Amino acid sequence: MEKKDTFILGGKEFSSRFILGSGKYSMELIKAAVENAGAEIITLAVRRTNTKKNENILDYIPDNVTLLPNTSGARDAKEAVRIARMSRELGCGDFVKIEIMKDSKYLLPDNVETIKATEMLAKEGFVVLPYMYPDLYAARDLANAGAAAVMPLASPIGSNKGLATKEFIQILIDETDLPVIVDAGIGRPSQACEAMEMGAAAIMANTAIATAGDIPLMAGAFKSAIEAGRSAYLAGLGRVLERGASASDPLTGFLRD
Amino acid sequence: MVHINGEDVDASGKVLKEYLEENGYIIEGIAVECNEVIVPKDKYGETIISDGDTIEIVSFVGGGQ
Repeated sequence: MEKKDTFILGGKEFSSRFILGSGKYSMELIKAAVENAGAEIITLAVRRTNTKKNENILDYIPDNVTLLPNTSGARDAKEAVRIARMSRELGCGDFVKIEIMKDSKYLLPDNVETIKATEMLAKEGFVVLPYMYPDLYAARDLANAGAAAVMPLASPIGSNKGLATKEFIQILIDETDLPVIVDAGIGRPSQACEAMEMGAAAIMANTAIATAGDIPLMAGAFKSAIEAGRSAYLAGLGRVLERGASASDPLTGFLRD
Repeated sequence: MVHINGEDVDASGKVLKEYLEENGYIIEGIAVECNEVIVPKDKYGETIISDGDTIEIVSFVGGGQ
């Protein structure tokens, strides 16, 4: 029997390579987006409770989906650790996506603080997925600190600008042993497909789907693109000729002969 | 005064569980931190809010990027 193509995070096996963000949607659309995306992991944020609007987002997420709380809002490692502990106390497992940003214009991750937080949280038994700027040395430090994967940004969060950091993500894929999950900035299914062709383990997207004209339809488009890119990577891409052409039709039996 | 989710509240001396219930919090959907230390759910009934405490009450919301 053919071996199932899965990847493992924190001892858990996943067959979907599409991690979906849950921000910017109406609650009703989250369920449809998760289903059409075929997503098995969904990210959430932790915020002060609003008692005037007591709706629980967990009521809208299918039970078989793994929750990946993020530490958005954290400005340093200490705040990220606090948010991670609170998210674990909310009772949905040990997964955490570290997001530490000091800059609110470009929302770029602070790799140094992220490495510190990864080390602290990994020691406390969290499955740590750090959002990071694609720097090889930082990726190695994150691996040594106990990260379960790295999540390099493709372009600024929410920009839908695609694989601006492509060359550097490729270096992470080639040079680190951790799964590389391309996060932030992926705007189109074709860009998700391209990242998967490069050998990314998975894609995380939110804004591309949440700001699409038809959210469930776009969730499905991303699913297909990610699967296509993964298959292309496994198949091995055909070679590129530097110059000239190469016929794929037979070079014998021409009518003129 | 007690500092709860960024606001000064007159709640010192109250049992945490009672404060939460009186103010419309649904216990299953929240986590509580008192002076930067998590209060486990099974301790809400025996935690007395003290003057000067800083309390954070949080929940999951939609979030991604």
